Amino acid sequence: MSEYAAEGKTPEVLFWVGCAGSYDARAQKVTVAFTKILNEADVKFAILGKEEACTGDPARRAGNEFVFQMSALQNIEVLNMYNVKKIVTTCPHCFNIIKNEYPELGGTYEVVHHTEFLQGLINDGRIKLKGGGEFAGKKITYHDSCYIGRANGIYDAPRSVLAGLDADLTEMQRAGSKGLCCGAGGAQMFKEDEPGDTSINVERAGEAIGTGAKVVVANCPFCITMLSDGMKAHNKEEDVMVYDLAEMVVNNM
Amino acid sequence: MIQIIAFAVLTIATFAIAAPKYLKIRRNILLGQDEETVVDKGLAIRNTILIALGQKKMFKRFIPAIFHLFIYVAFLFTQIELIEIFIDGFFGQHRFFSQALGGFYTVIISTIEILSLLAFVGTLVFLSRRNLIKVPRFHKPEMEGWPKLDGNIILYLELVLLIGITCMNGADQVLQGMGAEHYTDTGNFAVTSWLGPALFGGLSEGTLIGIERFGWWLHILTVFAFINYLPISKHLHIFLAFPNVYYARQTAAGKMVNMPEVEKEVRSMMDPDAAFDESAMEEELPIFGSSDVQQLSWKNIMDAYSCTECGRCTSVCPANQTGKKLSPRKILMDIRDRATEIGEKLDSGDKQYIAEDKRESGEDLSAINFNDGKNLFDYITREEIHACTTCNACVEACPILINPLDPILRLRRYEILTESAGPSDWTPMFTSVENSGSVWAISDDRDKWRDELLAKED
Repeated sequence: MSEYAAEGKTPEVLFWVGCAGSYDARAQKVTVAFTKILNEADVKFAILGKEEACTGDPARRAGNEFVFQMSALQNIEVLNMYNVKKIVTTCPHCFNIIKNEYPELGGTYEVVHHTEFLQGLINDGRIKLKGGGEFAGKKITYHDSCYIGRANGIYDAPRSVLAGLDADLTEMQRAGSKGLCCGAGGAQMFKEDEPGDTSINVERAGEAIGTGAKVVVANCPFCITMLSDGMKAHNKEEDVMVYDLAEMVVNNM
Repeated sequence: MIQIIAFAVLTIATFAIAAPKYLKIRRNILLGQDEETVVDKGLAIRNTILIALGQKKMFKRFIPAIFHLFIYVAFLFTQIELIEIFIDGFFGQHRFFSQALGGFYTVIISTIEILSLLAFVGTLVFLSRRNLIKVPRFHKPEMEGWPKLDGNIILYLELVLLIGITCMNGADQVLQGMGAEHYTDTGNFAVTSWLGPALFGGLSEGTLIGIERFGWWLHILTVFAFINYLPISKHLHIFLAFPNVYYARQTAAGKMVNMPEVEKEVRSMMDPDAAFDESAMEEELPIFGSSDVQQLSWKNIMDAYSCTECGRCTSVCPANQTGKKLSPRKILMDIRDRATEIGEKLDSGDKQYIAEDKRESGEDLSAINFNDGKNLFDYITREEIHACTTCNACVEACPILINPLDPILRLRRYEILTESAGPSDWTPMFTSVENSGSVWAISDDRDKWRDELLAKED
């Protein structure tokens, strides 16, 4: 972003990478996949790089409003300094908090999640999916993240992108607005489970396995971690792959 | 004449006894903090029509929805008959509307009868779902004891009401056929025109009048009992569902309520020009988040009193489904029970419930100086609130737009901000977000992935 600013240019969109997208080895692959798509579609985008910080989502949901406010106000200061208008992110938690919770702190932007952004690129013809690609006819299933689904009502965009892959999309019993959480949200990602019969991610992975799908498509770095761990618990990590929507697209365009 | 006097006395007594109970619930709801929830009145009205009146969200589960609809529509339509009962009761009339409405009256009462028959089926289905089939959501730990009995009492009362209507209309139809005095011809009612003769045919006129009066009184006495029972029952939802839907928050489900007091504090900390405010230091440490109902929003408390304990929230909760202690329904029930406890203690006027440091001033007990040494954490354990994934499944599931997630997050805020407690696992995450701007303490640059990507391309 600073390079754009130095040249006095404005990018089409700011790509908010998020902590997972920046540091988590698995999520980095999604970050790279998404940037490849953006380059392929000739989207002029920027990242904040070292000037980006955690949005404060897990701190806020754990109850730590102080840490959240510090993070959020710093981020808003940076975003407003660069006069950012539009943000795309591959993380539903970053998406939700910047879209819904930053405005009343003085940070109002057009915020798009990458599932919607990908649908937009396809609709505008900026990228074309190869029908009959590697997933054609294969059974896949889609896991709705809570923060894209119920929290913000986005169910159709990712499914319409998947429809372009000619795959056999088999829904889990708990899908769409009834989708079962992966178990990471509300800062659960950062703590041990409370005592119970099983872990939520193991339960969800089991449900995905039950569809007979060979690929589970997710849209959230934390869901991907949780579902991948869940597959390991079922000894299915070799049989059922967990991919982000961007990874599904990048190899088939 | 005796009947008129008895009716008038009972009516006045019913409302005189019931009114304070409803006012106390209103008072208990208003123990909460102010919150403006309705931004768009048009949307609030549309929601009330579609979701409360129209039962839209009930139909996410078709079988209970359809039987609930039978009982609900029967209840709505029976209000016409109830108004007539009041007119007849006060003025010594018999079926006052029949003279005014003529043939249309037959249609109205027939409709009520068909709906009552459907409601009868619905009631039996619901009783069997609770007691025979044992639908899991009615058999969670929080449903033991009173909540279970309460659910059944309502259904039994419903049956009593239906018996009353059947006796009243059935005997009336037979009496009309006999040409009995005062029993004017109302035409054939859809159900009792055949059920009446089948049950009561061949009985003497005196016995039939007795049955008709018994039915009439049974109906209205059950209604009177109902009015007084509702304030201590989960069944209060028949009234509160409407305002509860109207006043539901209209922001995206994912949005958490801001804490302006913390925002202000953080802004002044970040502002290098801000003078250090010493007066702030001398003040008592403020309470952040909620430990008791007085620190919740009034809407949280109305949610709690509107809840009819159907358990749809709990049945979709990922924590509950995987055997954790959290049950969103229980959170609501706990808030309601705690609000009721505070209300009862306030009504007692007992000065032992005045906060110790304010007892000397000689003030009377009030919501402001109240402190009984208890709070919501005496009802809700830490384990429950720590198990929440904030997934919004409970919010999505509630047919009347109750939000069980919001109070959970308010309790978490209290635990972290006011008590400096909470799961120790979270401490490194907080420290890391605060100090290194990332949820993980990683010393790499945030855009290292980019450098690696560029290096590969070279």
